[in-house]
Amino acid sequence: MTNSEVFHIRTEEAPSLAAPASTSGAIGWMRQNLFSSVGNTILTIIGILIAYSLFAPLIQFALIDAVWTGENRDACLPQEAGEHVGACWAYVKAYLPQFIYGRYPTEEIWRVNIVYFLFAALLIPLAIPKVPFKAINAILFLGVFPFVSLVLLTGGDFDIGFWGWGFVVVLALIGVVIAAVQMFAGGQDFAGVKPVLLAFVGTAVVIGAIFTLASIDFGLPVVETAVWGGLLMTLVIAVTGIVASLPLGIVLALGRRSQMPIVRLLSVIFIEFWRGVPLITVLFMSSVVLPLFLPEGVTFDKLLRVLIGVTLFSAAYMAEVVRGGLQAIPKGQYEGAMALGLRFWPMMYLIILPQALKLVIPGIVNTFIGLFKDTTLVLIVGMFDLLGQIQSSFSDPTWSTPTQGHTGYLFAAIVYWCFCFGMSRYSIFIENKLNTGHKR
Amino acid sequence: MSVMEQDSAGAPARASLANDPVVRGYFFQFILVLGVVILGWFIVTNTLANLERQNIASGWGFLGNTAGFATSQSLVESSETSTYGWLLYVGFLNTLLVAAVGVILATIIGFIVGIARLSNNWVISKIAYCYVELVRNIPLLLQIFFWYFAVLRAVPGKREKWSFLFNSFHLNIAGLRGPKPIWGPGAEWIGIAFLVAIALCFFIARWARKRQEATGQQFPTFWTSFGLIIALPVLAYLVAGMPMHLEYPNFVETGPILLQGFELNVGFNLIPEFLALLLALSIYTASFIAEIVRAGIQAVSHGQTEASHALGLRNGHTLRLVVIPQAMRVIIPPLTSQYLNLTKNSSLAVAIAYPDLVSIGGTELNQTGQAIEIIAIWLAIYLSLSLITSAFMNWYNQRMALVER
Repeated sequence: MTNSEVFHIRTEEAPSLAAPASTSGAIGWMRQNLFSSVGNTILTIIGILIAYSLFAPLIQFALIDAVWTGENRDACLPQEAGEHVGACWAYVKAYLPQFIYGRYPTEEIWRVNIVYFLFAALLIPLAIPKVPFKAINAILFLGVFPFVSLVLLTGGDFDIGFWGWGFVVVLALIGVVIAAVQMFAGGQDFAGVKPVLLAFVGTAVVIGAIFTLASIDFGLPVVETAVWGGLLMTLVIAVTGIVASLPLGIVLALGRRSQMPIVRLLSVIFIEFWRGVPLITVLFMSSVVLPLFLPEGVTFDKLLRVLIGVTLFSAAYMAEVVRGGLQAIPKGQYEGAMALGLRFWPMMYLIILPQALKLVIPGIVNTFIGLFKDTTLVLIVGMFDLLGQIQSSFSDPTWSTPTQGHTGYLFAAIVYWCFCFGMSRYSIFIENKLNTGHKR
Repeated sequence: MSVMEQDSAGAPARASLANDPVVRGYFFQFILVLGVVILGWFIVTNTLANLERQNIASGWGFLGNTAGFATSQSLVESSETSTYGWLLYVGFLNTLLVAAVGVILATIIGFIVGIARLSNNWVISKIAYCYVELVRNIPLLLQIFFWYFAVLRAVPGKREKWSFLFNSFHLNIAGLRGPKPIWGPGAEWIGIAFLVAIALCFFIARWARKRQEATGQQFPTFWTSFGLIIALPVLAYLVAGMPMHLEYPNFVETGPILLQGFELNVGFNLIPEFLALLLALSIYTASFIAEIVRAGIQAVSHGQTEASHALGLRNGHTLRLVVIPQAMRVIIPPLTSQYLNLTKNSSLAVAIAYPDLVSIGGTELNQTGQAIEIIAIWLAIYLSLSLITSAFMNWYNQRMALVER
């Protein structure tokens, strides 16, 4: 056999292949992502069916069959308004002031509005990274705003009483005693003890000033916390809980990483205790047991008791978030600070905490989302947050219709969802923004 | 404190004692302990004084008193004549029941949704995304109310029913009813056979792994175990003379109107509170588990999948032998805390009066006024549940982590 026999010479052109399936444009996209195989096609069809069976009734109920206007239940009754009645938005409209302000007296609502406005005006610039004056903004928001709103919402004119003023005096005295011990036993000069003196006496002076402010009679009518409710209550509990738990959480996180065994042990016990129990038992504890812990004659407002419980509870979670940030700071930063001769607290607030807290902003926001959702639990101990207010409006015969409950829950779900989803998007945004420099 | 890291052995001679980190450490800890002791003393004396003023006798004696109320669901014998202590135990079992079933359901839904979020199919992954973002941003209590008041109150009334699954399960306002197995004499052999099957599976798995390591031959462990677990109890059932039959719920449609509807205590009944709580808890927790699963799978680098494909493993094997074992290490620690969250969140049962630990305890608290004792019991139980779960999960986590070099 010679080589020439196996030569094959094509005499005609090969038939041209069909053009490849389009991978661009809407059809190409659908072919790739929805119908790439038989199994995939079945999945797509099942998925579309699921989505349709969930969303079609929802849209039907919330928009198409909905009743938008009306004076009372007649507008939303099937007997009056026709066969299919969906969401009764007229009821939500009628109840909207209660959902936002609770049973706050109508003529005093301007005070709540000022608080809402201040809250937004201080929080929004703080949340946008590009806006300047962050430090002063934060001081106004975390330091001044809480007390302004305390006076505005309650009406001020508090009776601080013996224990309150006693606490301030004791705090100042502790500072003086520590300074004196350091000066006489430790042989330090006045400049050496100034920070300690400043920390304790300064705190005492600030708390004293707050007490004075709170005990001034501004002529505002007093509004009992029992009539607060709705979104106001939800925001008061969530914001107070998070703002008050942050410093406590930082102290606990530092305590857990401390090298002093007793400090570490106590911090671990505190954190694990609060993280191990459900919030409901904490709320029961603060509403039933906390009054027993206090000396005779001292009574706390019910809201304040709940706030204490919520703060201690979220402080434990906050401590774990902050600890994560502290652990992410390289050891070199600690060593560098110590090499510069900084003591513990200056090292913490000048070097470590600014970096660590910046890292954990997403974690703090997530804790806040959790707390915001958990505020609904206060309705179990008889307080009216947004959900509690909606729940209690169901007993009103003026608006009692078959769809009232569904409408109320749908409204609550929309409000909570908007808040929580917005915050979680913000946390992702910050996470991406911080993702540039510090990642190791 | 980090200051203590300085070398204290060669302290400079003229430094005062007040600047010695060790001494300062002792001093601060002493002050702290003193503060805690004073706080504790303050609380205890105040509490004792307050209790005496309110004429509340503290102590655990009330647990032996007759409670006078009954629970709507009980896994053990209980009635109006049960004691407070026994009812707390009933509540504790109910908590465990809803938590255990909830954990299983939430894990199943969560894994399905988490994997669906990674699907190449656009519709499926978007549905999973919507599910996660919708469910986890709405408070759990609202979801419990939704299931209880809006869904399970919309089902037919007491004298009507919705039937499904070949007319053996029925839903109405009194809950879900279905057939209940009635065990006759000799039924214990079925249980024994089941246990034997599990033990056999364990040994077969060990033997198969050893053989595979020695010879490379594979053994169909999964299907063998599956067959054993089904076949042995069925065999025992047949050999013991079929000592089990199903008791179907009895729906009365005629007769006095008060007796119409399902006959009491016939068949198997799930109360609507349990259903609502279970649905809400597992759907809510599943949305968090789905995110954990997704993050865990994405944490395994794509190179692992590619390397596995290069070795000739198919998609299923790649997922089962390469990706999931590595993802589990990332998934397990946050999964543990979700299980704990679910258990703690089951205390929301009190809002819809499912008779769990907190709900029953709350009723007892109102009746007896023994607030401190009951809250102490709650705290002790939830804390020990937390500690036991995290201890178990730490052990499991260590086993999984051992795979790492």
